[in-house]
Amino acid sequence: MKKVSVSFTLNGDPVTADVPVTWTLLKTLREYFELTGAKEGCGVGECGACTVLVDGKAVNSCLYPIPEVEGRSVTTIEGIAEKDGTLHPIQKAFLENNGVQCGFCTSGMIMSAKALLDQNPDPSEEDIRKSIAGNFCRCTGYVQIVESIQMAAKLKE
Amino acid sequence: MIDYDYKRPDSLEEVFRLLQEYGPRAGLIAGGTDVMVKIRNTKKAPEVLISLRGLTDLAYIRKNGHYHIGGLTTHRMLEQSELLQNELPALYEGASRIGSVQVRNVATLAGNICNAAPSADTAGPLLALDARVTLQGPDGERRVPITEFFTGAYRTVRKQTEVLTEINIPAHMEQFGSAYWKQSRRKAMNLPIVGIAVSLRLDNDTISDSRIALTVAAPTPIRAYKAEEFLAGKPMEDAVLAEAGRIAASPECCTLRDSLRGEAWYRARIIEVYVPRMARLAAERIKKTH
Ligand SMILES: Cc1cc2nc3c(=O)[nH]c(=O)nc-3n(C[C@H](O)[C@H](O)[C@H](O)COP(=O)(O)OP(=O)(O)OC[C@H]3O[C@@H](n4cnc5c(N)ncnc54)[C@H](O)[C@@H]3O)c2cc1C
Ligand code: FES
Ligand code: FES
Repeated sequence: MKKVSVSFTLNGDPVTADVPVTWTLLKTLREYFELTGAKEGCGVGECGACTVLVDGKAVNSCLYPIPEVEGRSVTTIEGIAEKDGTLHPIQKAFLENNGVQCGFCTSGMIMSAKALLDQNPDPSEEDIRKSIAGNFCRCTGYVQIVESIQMAAKLKE
Repeated sequence: MIDYDYKRPDSLEEVFRLLQEYGPRAGLIAGGTDVMVKIRNTKKAPEVLISLRGLTDLAYIRKNGHYHIGGLTTHRMLEQSELLQNELPALYEGASRIGSVQVRNVATLAGNICNAAPSADTAGPLLALDARVTLQGPDGERRVPITEFFTGAYRTVRKQTEVLTEINIPAHMEQFGSAYWKQSRRKAMNLPIVGIAVSLRLDNDTISDSRIALTVAAPTPIRAYKAEEFLAGKPMEDAVLAEAGRIAASPECCTLRDSLRGEAWYRARIIEVYVPRMARLAAERIKKTH
């Protein structure tokens, strides 16, 4: 199987991955970089558990061919806290509001929320619900997640 | 074992060269939201995927007389375009109802129609807006009206060596109002059970011109010509619109079937109800913009 060498920025650091050309961004994150925050739920774009940011935009990393990452900037859940371990306001808000139950959807939810809040610091509930429509949660019933994102917007102010 | 090579050329010329070199062993990929899913589900892939994502010049929405939408424009760009929202609302509604933000950030309008699913959410709006597509190949380019583009479920007139480089909506659509309804079980992350797009133009309160397009109502997205003919020259009245809905839902216009997503009788009812509603909404929108 043919391999490619792909150079990009991962959570702020320049990196190069030497992986089979057929790998997705998700597989590369999990198996080459051993960053297992992004999860594989469905593998076909339906569940959002694999959501990461590419150049600031939320994408399903399970559908993102690794050669397309060349030269881009990728942010995963591992890259949003500060270097000293201080959590990102969205992470804090999820903890305080019980936005996390089993946790499988959480990395994806937080990345979708981050993409939203980076663009729109004061979203309506409708904006929040639209931005996480592609992130399935089988535990919380979404209410605490929406509240967490609302609180995060306040914390960031 | 899934195996393929991946090329990411940065010019159209290079895309054509690769398409000619590999012939039927090559496949194009844009956002990949159909292609990657299909590869994963079928465990089969073309020998080489030729990515169009290097053709960044093809991601645009412009108006100069006609409306021009580049072949690499994503649904997210359409959803965030005020021009589209104000002047081509049916297409805005079709694009913004596709999948999720994550899908719309990469998935393209061209990919949606080249994939040619009978349920493609932008196909109805494009039919209602008289769209034409530009197909460019190594021997030049041709313009195809969207009404002639789809030839069957997942089939189009596009030749293997051609790239869809632009979707063009004629300037006369400025005088029309338009609206799209996607009937689905949930608000998000769901394909339409049936889709209804209507555009129309009024002369006082008389319908001078209209387009009615349906998806998941036949093997390809279709225009309901008989219903449009019925509306021509008629007043915007409930009884008139209801009759247009009945004609659109009848075998004169479509070939509805039962499927897992919905039964034929249900699709017919939805068409009957939503053709009038979308016609009303389209009419209100003309008044707003002019
Ligand atoms: C989770 C999920 C939800 C979805 N929800 C919806 C939905 O609600 N409604 C809907 O209609 N669709 C939906 N889709 C399907 C898909 O997202 C759309 O059809 C999308 O517009 C495809 O665009 P793409 O750029 O990703 O295409 P790709 O997958 O890259 O390509 C699709 C096809 O078009 C060809 N192609 C692409 N661009 C060109 C071009 N410029 N010239 C010639 N050929 C080209 C490719 O060769 C391929 O055959 C969904 C998909 C997923 C994964
Ligand atoms: S694993 Fe990517 S969307 Fe489900
Ligand atoms: S917390 Fe379990 S899936 Fe969301």
